Amino acid sequence: MDVRSQISMVFHLDKCIGCHTCSIACKNIWTDRKGAEYMWWNNVETKPGTGYPTKWEDQSIYKGGWQKDNGKVTLKGAGKRRGLTNIFYNPNLPVIDDYYEPFTFKYLDLIEAPEGNDQPTARPVSLITGEPIDIKMGPNWDDDLSGTPDYARNDPNLKNLSAAEQEVMFQLERMAFFYLPRICNHCLNPACVASCPSGAIYKRGEDGVVLINQEVCRAWRMCVTACPYKKSYYNWHTGKSEKCILCFPRIEAGLAPACMHSCVGRIRYLGVLLYDASKIEAAINDDTDSLIDRHLDIILDPFDPKVIRAAKMNGVADSTIHAAQFSPVYKYVKQWKLALPLHAEFRTLPMLFYVPPLLPVMATVKQVDNSAQSEKMNPIAKYWDDNWLYDTSTKDLWGTLDQVRFPLKYLASLLSAGDEELIKDKWKKLMAVRIHRRRVTVGDISNEKADEVLQEAGITAEMADGIFYLTALAKFEDRFVIPPAHREQAIEMMDFTGDTKGEVGFGIKSKLRRGL
Amino acid sequence: MNMLDNFFLIALPYIAIAVFLVGSIYRYTYKGFQLSSLSSQFLEGRKLFYGSVPFHWGVLFLFVGHLIAFLFPKSILAWNSQPVRLMILEITAFVFGISMFIGLINLLIRRYTTPRLKFVTNKMDLVVYLLLITQTFLGLWIAYNFRWGSSWFSSLLAPYLNSIFVFQPDTAAIVPLPWTVKLHIIGAFTIIGLIPFSRMIHFLVPPINYIWRPFQQVTWYWNKRKVRNPNTLWSLHRPKNN
Ligand code: SF4
Ligand code: SF4
Repeated sequence: MDVRSQISMVFHLDKCIGCHTCSIACKNIWTDRKGAEYMWWNNVETKPGTGYPTKWEDQSIYKGGWQKDNGKVTLKGAGKRRGLTNIFYNPNLPVIDDYYEPFTFKYLDLIEAPEGNDQPTARPVSLITGEPIDIKMGPNWDDDLSGTPDYARNDPNLKNLSAAEQEVMFQLERMAFFYLPRICNHCLNPACVASCPSGAIYKRGEDGVVLINQEVCRAWRMCVTACPYKKSYYNWHTGKSEKCILCFPRIEAGLAPACMHSCVGRIRYLGVLLYDASKIEAAINDDTDSLIDRHLDIILDPFDPKVIRAAKMNGVADSTIHAAQFSPVYKYVKQWKLALPLHAEFRTLPMLFYVPPLLPVMATVKQVDNSAQSEKMNPIAKYWDDNWLYDTSTKDLWGTLDQVRFPLKYLASLLSAGDEELIKDKWKKLMAVRIHRRRVTVGDISNEKADEVLQEAGITAEMADGIFYLTALAKFEDRFVIPPAHREQAIEMMDFTGDTKGEVGFGIKSKLRRGL
Repeated sequence: MNMLDNFFLIALPYIAIAVFLVGSIYRYTYKGFQLSSLSSQFLEGRKLFYGSVPFHWGVLFLFVGHLIAFLFPKSILAWNSQPVRLMILEITAFVFGISMFIGLINLLIRRYTTPRLKFVTNKMDLVVYLLLITQTFLGLWIAYNFRWGSSWFSSLLAPYLNSIFVFQPDTAAIVPLPWTVKLHIIGAFTIIGLIPFSRMIHFLVPPINYIWRPFQQVTWYWNKRKVRNPNTLWSLHRPKNN
C-alpha cells in the first residue's frame, strides 16, 4: 500500500444553474492576460452540446487520452515515439479556431465618437490582431441551445444513440438540458504529464495538483493534444502551455479555489481523498467495463487503522488524514457512491467526480385538459392556452425514472463509460432521498412506501438525511475541507535552519555573499 | 585582405563562440521563462506543415552531418573512398539541403502572409530567416559548384575548425578558398553568435530525456518516507522525486 493524498472535487450537477460565475471568477484571477484570453480553465457547457473546444469529447478528432490497443495502454495522439517524431509539427494539435478567436469591443468609441447622425456602436475587435471581426464563436456559444442542429445534435455522446432515440430526445415537448462545469481533473494518471517531452508537467505529491512549470515548458505542445478534456491550453503569446492550477496558492492558504468559492449554485465540494498509488497501474490497464470500479477501488477508507498507519509511514500529515475523514468528496464518492468520473474511458483517472443530474430529466410533460381552468380566467387576461403540464409527481415508485427525458445511454456515455445500470443506480438514490425527505417534511408518503424506496435504492434513512444535508444545507466548512499545506516543513527540508542560522534564514535559495 | 581574413576567420569565430556560450548559459540559467520554441502552430496549423517539417528534418540532418565531418573527418573520408558511397552521401545531403531551403521559404511566406502571425513575429525572426536562407543557399551553391564537399570539408575545414578549438588558429588552408565558401563559414559563426538572442536557442533544449524518463512525474517538497523515519537525518536528504 502506497498511500498518498489528493485534493479532489465533486460537482453536483442537479444544482448547477449555468450562471458562469465560476468561469468569470477564474478568468479574473488567472487568465485575463495576453495570449490567455481564449483560455477558460473553468468553463460551463450546456449538454447536450458540442462544448469547448468544439466537440472536445470526440477523440477521433482530437486524439486525446489513453487508448487500450491489443492489451497495451498508450497515449492516443502523443507519447514517446509519436511525440518526438511529431515535434516539428503536431498533426493532432487543435488550433485557436477550434476554441474561438478572443475578442473585445471598442467601448471607447461609444464615448469618443464625434457628434453625428448615427448612434455610435462598439465594434467587436479581435484580441489577437486588433482588427474588427465578425464573432463566430465563443466559449459558451451553445449556451442553453438544446435541440439545435449545429450544437446539441452534434454532441459526440449521441454517437451510440439510434436516430429514433435522438429524435425522441429532441422533441420540443421533451427537450431537456443540463450544465456541465469543467475544470482540470487533476488526474491520477494524467495524460498531460505523460505526454510532455520536456518534463515540465508534474503532479504534486502532497496534494495531487497537476502543474506546468513555466520555466521548463518549451512549447512542444503535446499536452494540449494529450489531455482528453482539453484542459491544457497553449498561450500563443508567451509560447508556454498553461492549465488550471486548482488555485494552489489559495488552497495552501486554506481557501477554496476561486471557482468553488464563488459558485452560486453551491454545487462544488472539495476535500482530501487518500488513495493507494500502487493500484493505479492495474486500474488503468483494466477493461473499460470495470474501469470505474477499479478507479473507486483505488480510493481508501480514511478511518481504516491500516490505512492511517500506512499514510503516516508515507509522510502524509496528520492534519491531512484528519481532513480526509471529514471530506465531503469521500462521502459522495465512496460512502454514498453517488458521484462518477467524467468519461472514465479516457483512462486518466480523473479526480473530479460528478453527481448525475436528475432534475432536468425527471419530469415529464403530459397533455391535460385545461379548459375548466381556462374558463375561470378573465376573458381579456393573457393565459397559457396550451394543454401541457410539466409533471414531477411520483405515483409509481420509479415511474418517472423509466420515462426520463434523456435516454440513459446518453448520460452513461458521459459519466459511466457506457454502463447504464450505474446511472440508474445513482438516479434511484437521488430519487429515494427526495421521496424520503417528502415523507419527513410533507408527510404525504407512507412510511412503508418510503422505506421500500430507500431499501431498493440501497441507502439507509440516515444516509438519505446525510445526502440531503450535504446537498441542500451544507455550509462553507462542510463543502470545503482543506488541510493545511505544511509549507513550514517544506522550508525546513530545503536547509536545516540550525545549519544556516544567521546566514540565509528561511526559504532563500542562494546564500548571502558579500559583493566583490 | 589579410586583415579581413584574420578578422572573419579567426576573431569572429572566437567572438561568436564566446557570445554563444555566455549568452546561452545566462539565458538558460536566469531567463528560463524565455526559453521556448515559440511554436506558432496554434495560430496557423496548416501551412506550417510544409515549412516546419522539411526545414527541421533538413537542418537536423545537415547539422549532424557537419558535426560528424568536423569531429570524425577520417571516417567521412573512409566512407567516401568508394565513389558510390560518396554519391549517396552527397545526394542525400543535397536533398536535405533542398528540403531545408524549401521549408525556409515556405516558413517565410507563411509568416508574412498570415495576418495573425504578425503578432507573434519580431525583428529577430526576420534576421534569422534571412540568415538561414542565405546560409542554406550558399551551402547548396557550394555543394553544386565545388564538388565533392563532404571530402574537402573533411580534409580542409575540419582541421581549420579544429585549430580554432585548440587555440592555434590556422587559416592557411582556408584563405585561398572561394569567397562563397568563406561567406558560408562567416554565416555559420554569425548564426552561432546569434543563438542566445533568437528563438534558435530552442535547439539547445531538445527533449532527449523523454526517451527514458517514466511517463508520470510526481514531485514532493520532501522525501515522504525519510521525513518520518527517526533513524535517518532527513535534513541531510534532498527531496526525491517519484
Ligand atoms: S484533466 Fe487533462 S490537464 Fe488535467 S490532469 Fe487530467 S490530463 Fe492533465
Ligand atoms: S458558478 Fe456554480 S452554479 Fe454557476 S455555472 Fe459555475 S458551477 Fe454552475
